[in-house]
Amino acid sequence: MIQAIAFYLFAIIVIGSAAMTISSRNPVHSVMWLILAFFNAAGLMVLVGAEFIAMLLVIVYVGAVAVLFLFVVMMLDIEVAQLRAGVARYAALGLALAVALAAEILIGIGAWSAGGLKISQRIAPIDGNVPNIQAMGQLLYTRYLFVFEAAGFVLLVAMIGAIVLTHRQRGGVKGQNISRQNARRPQDATRNVQPPVGQGVQL
Amino acid sequence: MIGLTHYLVVAAILFTMGVLGIFLNRKNLIVILMAIELILLAVNLNLVAFSAYLHDLVGQIFAMFVLTVAAGEAAIGLAILVIYFRGRGTIAVDDVNRMKG
Repeated sequence: MIQAIAFYLFAIIVIGSAAMTISSRNPVHSVMWLILAFFNAAGLMVLVGAEFIAMLLVIVYVGAVAVLFLFVVMMLDIEVAQLRAGVARYAALGLALAVALAAEILIGIGAWSAGGLKISQRIAPIDGNVPNIQAMGQLLYTRYLFVFEAAGFVLLVAMIGAIVLTHRQRGGVKGQNISRQNARRPQDATRNVQPPVGQGVQL
Repeated sequence: MIGLTHYLVVAAILFTMGVLGIFLNRKNLIVILMAIELILLAVNLNLVAFSAYLHDLVGQIFAMFVLTVAAGEAAIGLAILVIYFRGRGTIAVDDVNRMKG
């Protein structure tokens, strides 16, 4: 009973906040609704026992991606009124497409729950005695090790790509040239002179 | 009792919301990126629900990989958005075809 109440609570909030995300006037409000949607989706995942993914969703999305969105929204100086122009023009087409898509997916769900498909072989059956995080770790570091490494590489490439894209070379700024500093030798920078007494050194 | 079908319906509605968001916000690339995040969230929800109800952990593993790719996509997308805004002063999608490579 309590599970059903929690499910409907999370489901209604996640759908409502998704609707607010796409229909909000202000992009900052959109980000806030997106955060709420992710929190409640994490709640839905906790309900079926996927704690690790749920926590990852909160940490990665709310902690990193949403903050990134907020940074960008606040960094770009956009007029809000201009953003909503032309909504009505695409609304009808979008709604028609969305309804068609939803109908198709629901038909698919209906066909699936009629019992057409069965999973033939479980690769990693869930063991009730092993905690979710431990089971995930055991699978991730053995069977899916290379995929895991590839995921890390994807993140590395994304990080380098974002830095390269947004890095801006500014003129007129005095910076430190480390390689030039390191290449400097004493014989290039100093010289030995023996000036006669009474005369100065000519520079 | 909550079954798999409940989860699938929620994920389907969420996915549709994401697609609708792309259509509704033609002038605002940031909200389009958020709509893509919603779509990926719906996919993750599907993966996790199937994983839980079919008693196979692999779905959760792949949900994690989807999460990884989504995070990378958001970072790259926002970086492109920032340089696009820097050069043009607007984030309307209608003008993007003026970039011409």
